[in-house]
Amino acid sequence: MTLKEVQQHLSAKVLVGEEYLDREVFSGCGSDLMSDVLAFVKDRVILLTGLVNPQVIRTAEMMDIHAIAFVRGKEPTEEVLKLAALKEMVVLSTEHPLYISCGLLYSNGLTGKKDE
Amino acid sequence: MKLRFEVDGDEFVLAGEASSKLKKVLMQLGISSQLIRKIAIAMYEAEINMVIHANGGFIDAEITPDKVFVSLSDTGPGIPDIELAMKEGYSTASDKVRELGFGAGMGLPNMKRYTDDMKVTSEVGKGTTVELTVFIS
Ligand SMILES: Nc1ncnc2c1ncn2[C@@H]1O[C@H](COP(=O)(O)OP(=O)(O)OP(=O)(O)O)[C@@H](O)[C@H]1O
Ligand SMILES: [Mg+2]
Repeated sequence: MTLKEVQQHLSAKVLVGEEYLDREVFSGCGSDLMSDVLAFVKDRVILLTGLVNPQVIRTAEMMDIHAIAFVRGKEPTEEVLKLAALKEMVVLSTEHPLYISCGLLYSNGLTGKKDE
Repeated sequence: MKLRFEVDGDEFVLAGEASSKLKKVLMQLGISSQLIRKIAIAMYEAEINMVIHANGGFIDAEITPDKVFVSLSDTGPGIPDIELAMKEGYSTASDKVRELGFGAGMGLPNMKRYTDDMKVTSEVGKGTTVELTVFIS
């Protein structure tokens, strides 16, 4: 699924990385606990989370994750967005809660089965 | 190649800077991205622990042709029972730390999962040292 499609399914705003929306993701990871995210290594993942502190960007960086969707209408500070821009990430923001967001992506085909 | 980083125990926002820098160096050295990811995740977990459980410290990294070795030392409260701390889900993190997305009790288990060798030494009241090794095959 391309990030453009992700954006459409989640009715999300693009906060950073408009130019990279043609990138593809194979799988999603939804969590508000960073160490849980860090335990889950897969290629081409989008991270969905309700946390907006800079460690979300750092966590994504360590995992080679280049796409993040902030749920529940959360938007991070400029400083956090700048860090994400520096890492060439795509950052989306959706009004949907975490459970619904994951469900929307899963039911539209982002099942993680096409990974690698 | 030897690198040294200082970790400020009061700056949650800056935690992870050292891991980020080491990751960049490893990328420049042309090490495979899978290996870099393992090292970066393990080091990042340990670096975060230095900030959320201790009051910062120093990280020494040594890169040789066959391995990456990272040693993280803090002068925090120490870990009274290392075996218990290593268990998945065990955490003494405060509510404040949990609100920031940490405190799942997965950091030390993740370090073990992603490295070829991991050693934790700790003395209560003195501090903790975590040593991580990943072999470059
Ligand atoms: N550097 C340290 N100094 C003192 N105590 C530590 C240190 N590192 C870990 N601990 C202790 O070991 C416990 C387990 O650590 P671990 O990293 O596995 O989980 P956590 O940090 O609590 O949560 P998570 O890593 O999932 O965010 C901690 O809650 C803490 O009590
Ligand atoms: Mg931890």
